[in-house]
Amino acid sequence: MGVEQALGHIPALRRYARLLTGDATRADDLVQDTLERACIKWALWQPGSVLRSWLLSLMHNLHLNHVRDWRHDDGHIALEDAPEPTHDPMARAAERLDLQQALGALPTQMREVLLLVTIEEYTYAEAADILGVPVGTVMSRLHRARERMRELMTGNAEPARPTPLQLVK
Amino acid sequence: MSEPADRIDDDELHAFVDAQIDASRVPAILAWLQTHPQDAAKVLQWQAHRVQLRQLARALDLGETPASLNDVVTRAAAGERRRSLWQQAAAVLLLVTGALAGGRYWGQTSAGQLSGPVAPATMAASPDFVRDAVLAHAVFVPEKRHAVEVAASDEAHLVQWLSRRLGSPLKVPSLAMQGYRLLGGRLLPGEGTPRAQFMYENAQGSRVTLYVVVFEPGQAPDSTSFRSARIGSEESFYWIEERFGYALSGDVNGPDMQALAREVYGQLER
Repeated sequence: MGVEQALGHIPALRRYARLLTGDATRADDLVQDTLERACIKWALWQPGSVLRSWLLSLMHNLHLNHVRDWRHDDGHIALEDAPEPTHDPMARAAERLDLQQALGALPTQMREVLLLVTIEEYTYAEAADILGVPVGTVMSRLHRARERMRELMTGNAEPARPTPLQLVK
Repeated sequence: MSEPADRIDDDELHAFVDAQIDASRVPAILAWLQTHPQDAAKVLQWQAHRVQLRQLARALDLGETPASLNDVVTRAAAGERRRSLWQQAAAVLLLVTGALAGGRYWGQTSAGQLSGPVAPATMAASPDFVRDAVLAHAVFVPEKRHAVEVAASDEAHLVQWLSRRLGSPLKVPSLAMQGYRLLGGRLLPGEGTPRAQFMYENAQGSRVTLYVVVFEPGQAPDSTSFRSARIGSEESFYWIEERFGYALSGDVNGPDMQALAREVYGQLER
C-alpha cells in the first residue's frame, strides 16, 4: 500500500482543520497543503507508525507557518465565517456559539492541544509527539486552555458567579 | 484505601477528565473532589466543555470531501505506481501493435493508417494519453471500495458532472449486451485537461475502463483509426475522433476486448 492510504484520513483531517482554523476554506487549504506535503515526504513515513498522527504533525507544522505568516490575526476566524448548523433549538445554538467563540479565542498552541486531547482522543504522550514538545508542555498548555475556556464561558453564561482566581504553578 | 489527604494535582485532574488515568487512582481523586468543592466545580466544567467540544465536532457540517483533496492523493498514488512501473523497465512493454482490420465500424480511415499527415506533437500526444489511460486503469481497477468516484446509480449526474468538467458533452456507451455493467466514473487529472474514466464490470468481476480526453481546441491530434497498445497484461484500444480521444483498457483476451471496443466505438459514433 502506498500514499493512497491517506485517502481514508481526509474526513478526519478536514474536521480537525476546521476546528483549528475556524474557517471552512482555510481548513480545506490546510488539508490540501498537508496532503501535498505528505505525498512529497511519503518516503519518510514509517509504515509501523500511525499514519493519522503523522499527518496531523505535518498539519501542525504547516499551520504554525501559516499563523506566523498571518501573525496579526492568529490564523483564526472565529465567528462570522463559521455559521452554526441551524437545526438546533436556539438555546443550544447559542451555547455552542459561545463554545466556538471561546475555542476561537484561545491561542493556537492551546487550541491544538485541546483538540488533540478531547476530539482526537490522543494520549498526552501522543499529543506531545505530534506537536514535537515535551509532555510537560502539553499538560501546561492543556491546563491553560481549559482554564481560559472556563473564564471565557463562565463570563458569558454566569456573569454573577465569582470565579476565585487560583494561582497554578 | 487511599487517604483523602493524598494531594491531587491539576495534571491528575485533567487525566481524570480525559480518562487517561490509572483506575487505581480514581478513588483517591473522588475523595479529593468531595473535600475540595472548588476543584470539583472546575473538573465538572472541564468535563462539560469536553463533552460540548465533542458535540460541536460531530455537528460540524463539512459537506462532501472536495474532489481536489482526493485528487492530491490519487495523483501522487498514480505517480508512485507509474514510477515503479517505469523503474521495472524490463517488465514493461509498450507495444503499439498497429491498426486492426478495417471495417464499417472504423469509419472512413483505412486500416493501418492515420487519417492524414501527422505533426510530431500529435505523434507524441496519442501514446501519452493512452499510457495515462492504461495507468489509470491499473491504479483503479483493483480498488474494491473506491473504484469509482460517482456510482452508476446516479448516471445522469455522473455524465453531467464529467461533461461539465471536461467541457464537452460526453456519452457513456452501454455494454450490457456484452455482459458488462457500468460501475461509475471518476475525474482524473491530465496533461493540460482533465480526463474522465468510466469503469465497467462483468459477472465474473472482470473490469474494463473507458478513458476519455477532450483536447483543447486546436490541440487535438488528427483523428486516428483504431489502434491497440499493450502494457503488461493490459490491452488498450484507442482512437481519436475530432476533439475526443478514447482508450478502452482491460485485461480481457484479445478477441473479446476487440468486440467490446467495436461496440464502444459504434455507440460513440452515433
